[in-house]
Amino acid sequence: MALSTSALAPHAATDAHAHARRGISNPILGMILFIASEVMFFAGLFAAYFNVRFTAAHWPPLVNEAPFEPFQIRNEMVLAAILTAVLVLSSVTMQMAVWAIRRGDRTAFLRNTGVTLVLGLAFLTGQVYDYLHLGFGITDTAFGSTFYTLTGFHGAHVLGGTIMLSVVLYRGLAGQFSARHHDAVEATSLYWHFVDVVWIVLFSSLYLL
Amino acid sequence: MATTALRPAAAYRSGIYEWLTTTDHKKIGILYLFNSLFLFLVGGSLALAVRTELAQPGLQVMDEATYNQMFTMHASVMIFWVVIPFLAGFGNYLVPLMIGAPDMAFPRINALSFWLLPLSALIAFLGFPLGGAADNGWTSYSPVAQAKYSPGIGTDLWIIALLLVGTSSILGAVNFLVTIFKMRAPGMTLFRMPIFVWTMLVTSVLILMGTPVLTSALVMLYIDRNFGGAFFNTALEGGNAILWQNVFWFYSHPAVYIMVLPAMGIVSEILPVFSRKPLFGYKAFVFATAGIGALGFSVWAHHMFTTGSVYLPFFSLMTFLIAVPTGVKMFNWVATMFRGKLVFTTAMLFAVGFLSTFLIGGINGAFLAAVPVDYHVHATYWIVAHIHYVLFGGSMMGVFAAIYFWFPKMFGRRLNETLGKIHFVGIFVGMNLTFFPMHLLGIDGMVRRIADYSATAGWNDLNLLATIGGFTIAVAMLPFLWNIFVSLRAGEPAGDDPWEGNTLEWATSSPPPPWNFDHLPPIRSERPVFDLRHAADAGRPSAGH
Ligand SMILES: [Cu+2]
Repeated sequence: MALSTSALAPHAATDAHAHARRGISNPILGMILFIASEVMFFAGLFAAYFNVRFTAAHWPPLVNEAPFEPFQIRNEMVLAAILTAVLVLSSVTMQMAVWAIRRGDRTAFLRNTGVTLVLGLAFLTGQVYDYLHLGFGITDTAFGSTFYTLTGFHGAHVLGGTIMLSVVLYRGLAGQFSARHHDAVEATSLYWHFVDVVWIVLFSSLYLL
Repeated sequence: MATTALRPAAAYRSGIYEWLTTTDHKKIGILYLFNSLFLFLVGGSLALAVRTELAQPGLQVMDEATYNQMFTMHASVMIFWVVIPFLAGFGNYLVPLMIGAPDMAFPRINALSFWLLPLSALIAFLGFPLGGAADNGWTSYSPVAQAKYSPGIGTDLWIIALLLVGTSSILGAVNFLVTIFKMRAPGMTLFRMPIFVWTMLVTSVLILMGTPVLTSALVMLYIDRNFGGAFFNTALEGGNAILWQNVFWFYSHPAVYIMVLPAMGIVSEILPVFSRKPLFGYKAFVFATAGIGALGFSVWAHHMFTTGSVYLPFFSLMTFLIAVPTGVKMFNWVATMFRGKLVFTTAMLFAVGFLSTFLIGGINGAFLAAVPVDYHVHATYWIVAHIHYVLFGGSMMGVFAAIYFWFPKMFGRRLNETLGKIHFVGIFVGMNLTFFPMHLLGIDGMVRRIADYSATAGWNDLNLLATIGGFTIAVAMLPFLWNIFVSLRAGEPAGDDPWEGNTLEWATSSPPPPWNFDHLPPIRSERPVFDLRHAADAGRPSAGH
C-alpha cells in the first residue's frame, strides 16, 4: 500500500486532473449512496400503500361491510404527533452534535449525542406502546398490512439508528473523534435525518392525508 | 511496465485461510467467478432436466411438481447467482485495476458482498431436502405464490435467499460507485475511464435504484405468506395481485440491463484490442449506456400488457425507444471492427458471437414492444427464446469472452486457444440450436412452464432439436472446464500484456501484486497502455493514433 501511494505522489503533485482524492470522504459518500437505496426501499413500500389505498373501494376498508372503528387512527393521533415531535427534536440535537464536533467541542458533542439516543429510544418505546393499544392487527385488511409494514420497517430503521448512535457515543467517550476526524458522526447524522424524514412522510400519509 | 520483483510472500498466510479471509478485490473477484461458474453448472443441470422432460410429449422423467421446481430454480440460479455475480466478479477484479486504484473503497464490505452469495444459494437450495424448492417461476406472481397455493417452505427460503442476494448487490453497488468516484488515479478523468468501468458505474446506479424495490416486494410477499398480510393476496380486502407485478418488474426490467450492460462493457474492451483500433465513438457509447440506464426505469410494464391495467401506448413507445441507444452501440461495435486488423482469438470469437446473438435477442425483444404481437406471444416460448438470446447469447457470451481475455492477467497463464475455439463453436452452435426453435414454438402457441404437451400439436421435432442443442452446450462446457483445470497449472506463461491491451490492468504484472501497481504510466487518454507502448515510436504521446 505504502509503495503505491508513494509511487503515485509525484503524479499527484504535477497532474492538473488530480482532483479525485479531495472533496467528500469515502464513508460519507458511501452512506449517502446507501441512503439512496433505502429511499428506494421505502419508495417501494409507499408505492404499495398508495396503490392499495387508491384502488380500494373504501379507505379505510370496511370490515363485514361496515366501518371498522379501530381504523379511525386520525381521531387519536395525539401519540403519533408526540412521537413526530420527539423524532424531529432528535434530528435537531443530532445536528447540534455534528456542529459541536466540527468545532472540536467534545463535551457538547457527547451531550447532544446522548440526548439524541435517549429521544430515539423514547420514540421506539412510544411506538411499542402504540402497537399494544391499537385495536387492529397486520391481518386486518390491506389497512393493517400497510400500517404495520410501513411503521414496522421504519421502527426497525430507528432501532438501527440507535445502535449506530450507541457506537458513536461509545467511540466519542473513548475520545476517538475530533474536529478533523469524525466521519462516523457525519455518516450517522445523515442516516438519522433520513429516518426522521421517512417518519414525516409516513406520518403525513397514514395520519393526515 | 511494472516489475514483479517485490513479492510479499511473507505477508501471506496459508492458502485456504487466506482465501477465506481475503479482502483483496482481486481474490474476491476470483471467488465471485469460481462461485458463479460452479452455480452455472448447477443451473445448467437444472436446465438439462427441463429439456430432458420436454424432449418428447408425455411425462417421462419427473412429475409436474418437480418440473415446476426445476424451471423455477434454473431461472433464479442463472439470474441471481450466475449472471449478475459473474459480471460483478469481473467488476470486482477489473474496476480498481482499470482506474489505477489499489483496492475497492470498502474492502471488508466487499468480502461481505461475496460471502452472502454462497450463503444465500445454500438457503435457496435447502428447499429441495425440506419438502420442495420454490416452484412459482422466478417471477413468483400472486396468487400462485400465496401461502394457500404454495404452502411449502421452499418459497419462503427463496424469498430470504433473494433478500440476501439483493443486500449483496446493493452493498456491492455502493462500493463500486465510491471506488469509481473517489479512487481514480491522477489523470484518470471520467471520460478517460474504460467503457467497462462506465458500464459498471451505470449498472451500480441501476442496482442502487432498482434492487431495493425488489427487496420491498419480497418483504411484502413474505408478510403476505407468513403474517396474513393483504398486499398481493386478493383473498383479503384490499389485496392487489397486479401490484406485485408492478413492483417486481420495476426492478426486474432494469435487472436485464444490470445483467447485460457490463457484458457490453466487456465486449467494448475486447473488440478494439483485437481490431487494433480505438473504440469507435467513445462518448456516444458512454451516453448510450447512460441512456439505456435512464430509459430502463420507464418500460417495466411491457411485461404487463395483457393485464389490461397499464397504459399501453406509453410503455410500448418507451420500449421501442430503448432500442435506439442499443442500436447506437451496435453501430459503434461494427464500426470499431470495420477495416480493423482483426485477430480472431477465442476472446474475440466470443465477442463477435455476442454481437450476432445479442442482435437477435434485441430484435426478437423489439417484437414484444409491439402490443398486438405481445398479445399473441405473451408467456409463450417466444419469451423464453428472447430472454436466452439476451442472457445466454448476450451476457454469458460476454462472460466467456472475458474469461479468455483476462484469465492471463488473473493467473499469469493463457488458456489453450484450440480448446477455446472448440468451446466457442460448441456454445455458439448449441445455443442457436436450443433457442432458435423456441421462436417457432412460441409463435405456434406453446406456452412456457409446461411439463407436457400434446403429441399432435406439431411441436415434437422442434422440442427435440432444442433438447439436442441443450446437451450440445453441456458437452461444449467439458473442453472449457478441462482448459481451466490444465491451464491454471501448466498454461503457457502470459507475460504482463499478452494481447497488446489498452487499459491500465495490462500495465502491471500478471497476476498483479496485492497493491496492484508499483508505478502507473501517465494517463492522458482512455488508452494509457497503448500510449505507453507507442510513445517511443510516435515520438509523442497518444493523439496521432
Ligand atoms: Cu422488460
